[in-house]
Amino acid sequence: MTDQTALFEYLLRLGDNTLVLGHRVSEWCGHAPVLEEDIALANTALDLIGQTQMWLGLAGEVENAGRSADDLAMHRDVWDFRNLLLVEQPNGDFGQTLMRQCLFDAFHVELLTDLTNASDDRIAAIAAKALKEVTYHLDRSSETVIGLGDGTDESHRRMQAALDLLWPYVGEMFTPDAVDDAMRAAGIAPDLNDLRARFDTRIDAILTEATLAKPESAYAQSGGKTGFRHSEHLGHMLTQMQWLQRAYPGATW
Amino acid sequence: MYAQMVKSEASQDDPEKLAGFQARIDAGEKIEPKDWMPEGYRKTLIRQIGQHAHSEIVGQLPEGNWITRAPTLERKAILLAKVQDEAGHGLYLYCAAETLGVSRDELTEMLLDGRMKYSSIFNYPTLTWADMGAVGWLVDGAAIMNQVPLQRTSYGPYSRAMIRICKEESFHQRQGYHIMMKMAQGTPAQKKMAQDALNRFWYPSLMMFGPSDKDSVHSAQSMKWKIKMNTNDELRQKFVDQTVPQAEFLGLTVPDDTLRWNEEKSGYDFAEPDWSEFFDVIQGNGPCNTERLAARNKAWDDGAWVREGLMAHAAKKRAAKLAAE
Repeated sequence: MTDQTALFEYLLRLGDNTLVLGHRVSEWCGHAPVLEEDIALANTALDLIGQTQMWLGLAGEVENAGRSADDLAMHRDVWDFRNLLLVEQPNGDFGQTLMRQCLFDAFHVELLTDLTNASDDRIAAIAAKALKEVTYHLDRSSETVIGLGDGTDESHRRMQAALDLLWPYVGEMFTPDAVDDAMRAAGIAPDLNDLRARFDTRIDAILTEATLAKPESAYAQSGGKTGFRHSEHLGHMLTQMQWLQRAYPGATW
Repeated sequence: MYAQMVKSEASQDDPEKLAGFQARIDAGEKIEPKDWMPEGYRKTLIRQIGQHAHSEIVGQLPEGNWITRAPTLERKAILLAKVQDEAGHGLYLYCAAETLGVSRDELTEMLLDGRMKYSSIFNYPTLTWADMGAVGWLVDGAAIMNQVPLQRTSYGPYSRAMIRICKEESFHQRQGYHIMMKMAQGTPAQKKMAQDALNRFWYPSLMMFGPSDKDSVHSAQSMKWKIKMNTNDELRQKFVDQTVPQAEFLGLTVPDDTLRWNEEKSGYDFAEPDWSEFFDVIQGNGPCNTERLAARNKAWDDGAWVREGLMAHAAKKRAAKLAAE
């Protein structure tokens, strides 16, 4: 794998995570439990879509094949997506959505913090901008997980169920492969073991305050960031997200 | 116009106090929450601001319908921002209504059980991407016609909410028009979508201003109190006069064979919408009434455990803080 290929793959991972999660969160629009949450969810989705434009825009530049961020978002099929399995999981109830968000945010904050020191200035600059937004995302998602975990019996039960459901998707974030290794060697990507330790510290503190029990199994589902085996959910999402571009090729919007 | 057919309440107050109140309004003073106000003024405003707030909230649904299908990342971001603004408008307006002594939860319950209304326009479906253009261009355009004068309304909190809202609404309208331009100048299929959207949204947009109110007692009282600034017909005329040239610029045809420029009145003559359809829609028989209210009820019911959970947590935190002191 050349450095350019690895860099392209790595940027797709960053951009596909924000695209897919931003899309998922945007599905809530108009349906949240309370008005302030509707606004906050739309705001989170908006930040993530903005970050997608930057990451996939840079991916297109690096690839140098004339593909724009929109081309990459709207004209790839499931196997070409490089997002984590976690972010493509369906919204479920509000608790499941916020648990997914919190797990991703805790990883995302640490990742972006390290990427602000990347040897590639373009990556460092995008990471610095995104980090400001994502720091707020984590504040909000962790507070909500704590509030609902330590709320009523019902909210506690639902949050524990969400955690149990999503925990098998945590490991993939920290499992390095050839792309991660190449990017680490290039001075871009962080050491994922170190990132995991910082993630655990954060998540343990949140879960303790939320009175939730971290699942004992360390089993990790995989196949999202490599594109080898996504879940069935992603294809359905793409049929909706890409529909107009696919149905009316060549049109500008 | 997001508040339609708001009935004004008669006031049984002391005539001297009423006269003093009217004098303040006539002098252009703003009425603030702690000032004395006639009961009818308060109740009419709650109804009007509440209906406006509900319209913002229900209005998220027809546009939210296209967020997950927006054709580009930029369009998705713009639409998300717009729907988020609408939720924000709902929030300012509920806050303005709360200054009149009604809680947001009470207003929400009245929306959900059908005691309070929202604008008829949001009971129409959004069927193609061009509808996102038409909603911005026509629906927000009609709303602005009503809301710009309401910036001068007599009730301080409402007026201030309107000033903030108007800034964002004019931005929304430009975005909507921009979508229409892209579609109208696009492929034959896109142009067809644009024309189809105009065909479906033209008359419902005219209905947003409500039926002619030249003989309405309610309107006269509300205008005297400066909580309604223009008649429905004045605003509708202004809307048509502004919108027809914009449609011409797009190369689209307004679906009204009777549309003519009238030199004498310096405005267009145009066909009235079908008012029986309007009354059907506000009575709950529009194409999407059932779905819109069901969606809001589902969001509220499904969210009950979240609201209860967060309240319970906040209560525990307060108790722990008190115990520590």
